[in-house]
Amino acid sequence: MNIFNILEQFEKFDGDAVERIGYTSRRFFFNKVSAKVAAAATPAFLASAMNKAYAQSSDAVEVLKFALTLEYLEDEFYKVGNDTAGLIPSMYKPVFMQISKHEDAHVKFLEKALNLTPGQNKPKFDFTVNKTYDTFTNFDTFVFLSHAFEDTGVRAYKGQAGTLINDPQILEYALQVHSVEARHASISRKILSKIRNNKAIKSWITLDEGSPAPVYKGSNSEATIVQAGANLLDLDLTGIPDTGDIRYKAATEAFDEILTKEETFAIAMPFIVP
Amino acid sequence: MENNLLQNAGPMLEKVNRRYFLRSAGVAAATGAFIMGCTLDDHNLPGEVVDLGTGDIGILNYAYALEQLEAAFYTQVMMSPYAGMTDEEKMILTDIMYHEIVHRQFFKAALGAAAIKGLTPNFDGIDFNSRASVLGAAKLFEDTGVQAYNGAGNLIENVNYLLIAGKIVSVEARHAAAIRDLLNPNSADFSGDDVVDPATGFDKAVKPGVILPAVQPFVKNTISGSGLPQ
Repeated sequence: MNIFNILEQFEKFDGDAVERIGYTSRRFFFNKVSAKVAAAATPAFLASAMNKAYAQSSDAVEVLKFALTLEYLEDEFYKVGNDTAGLIPSMYKPVFMQISKHEDAHVKFLEKALNLTPGQNKPKFDFTVNKTYDTFTNFDTFVFLSHAFEDTGVRAYKGQAGTLINDPQILEYALQVHSVEARHASISRKILSKIRNNKAIKSWITLDEGSPAPVYKGSNSEATIVQAGANLLDLDLTGIPDTGDIRYKAATEAFDEILTKEETFAIAMPFIVP
Repeated sequence: MENNLLQNAGPMLEKVNRRYFLRSAGVAAATGAFIMGCTLDDHNLPGEVVDLGTGDIGILNYAYALEQLEAAFYTQVMMSPYAGMTDEEKMILTDIMYHEIVHRQFFKAALGAAAIKGLTPNFDGIDFNSRASVLGAAKLFEDTGVQAYNGAGNLIENVNYLLIAGKIVSVEARHAAAIRDLLNPNSADFSGDDVVDPATGFDKAVKPGVILPAVQPFVKNTISGSGLPQ
């Protein structure tokens, strides 16, 4: 598939896109820029040019920037993990190489969409949080953080879907990344379950169980059983044993919940060096 | 039957190991009269055309149809587990069955009077005694579900419905990865290059016009999505 170019997509929705951005030409965005224009081509300038032209799509730009921060975090985390000799047992290496490949692609995609040069907006990360975590010397810790980052990613992307409802193509791209994060979360949780010999850790999120707690709780807790106003436990759940908390757990597992942007940043912040 | 399955399956099945289905085609599994819904009186007769409707209702019915198919499949899987099903497989397949039942009943309730009736599945091509056939079908259903929800997202007008779809699709993706890992443990297959484009890291997003013909072979009723948003 062609690499996404944000302006090209905007044009599909609105043929006047280029004109409305004013003196900015398509070429400007396609890197065939004169030195003079290049000087003005800061992300802030681009964002503001787009903001003026597209009130609603400024939201989309904000979502893309937010997503990029998360993807930078995941991308560096897996790159360092995969490059650290002796950390990842060889039997699990193909899994983490595959995840890393996707995060790398997500970063490249978002940078391109935002017209950034590689690494331009990348924060500095400290995955040990001032040596609180033995992240890259203990496989258990590495997988623990992996599953937390992936579950955070799933919930964070989901939290932005509504913001993109008027940007259909960007919404679709975001959904396509969102489900990949969920695949990652699933396998990472499965490996965590195995190495901890803990069957209660499943590929899906049960109640709001899990650590760190903010990844699973928040203003829309994973333990939610009311969806679109319907209490799932009031439905006819014939086929699911009505004993103990089986139905309750199933109802919470069947729906993932959102994290707000603020909640997501609060989770990510300790890993970002100010 | 075999030809039919192939012809109707279309591009969605290209990457799927067709042999899982074809090898066992004709082996009538447990029973052909297995019903997806709950009660007998609200079911369509096989062969009857089921119109999903238009707009958001149509998309919700589309999701309801897919969830009916999944829930019926896993229910049948767990009614007659294949020989040698491990504890891990039992746990995963049972959990998924529960989730799909919740999804199905949620859509049924949410749609109320606008809901399509219970569909009659056609699992003749699946050998429920075979681990490879069952897990292969599960993989197909889960990947299809992910791609269908991803493709339906930007056809939805109501933001609350979009959110619901988002809450469900990630669970389907979790299922897909778990099933894929059963088939090829600790490999890259949990999100293999066949479903996640290695160049972009994107899952697929597939529109109803492609999904519906691909799942039609698994349903005895004829499903019409002609009123769905494109």
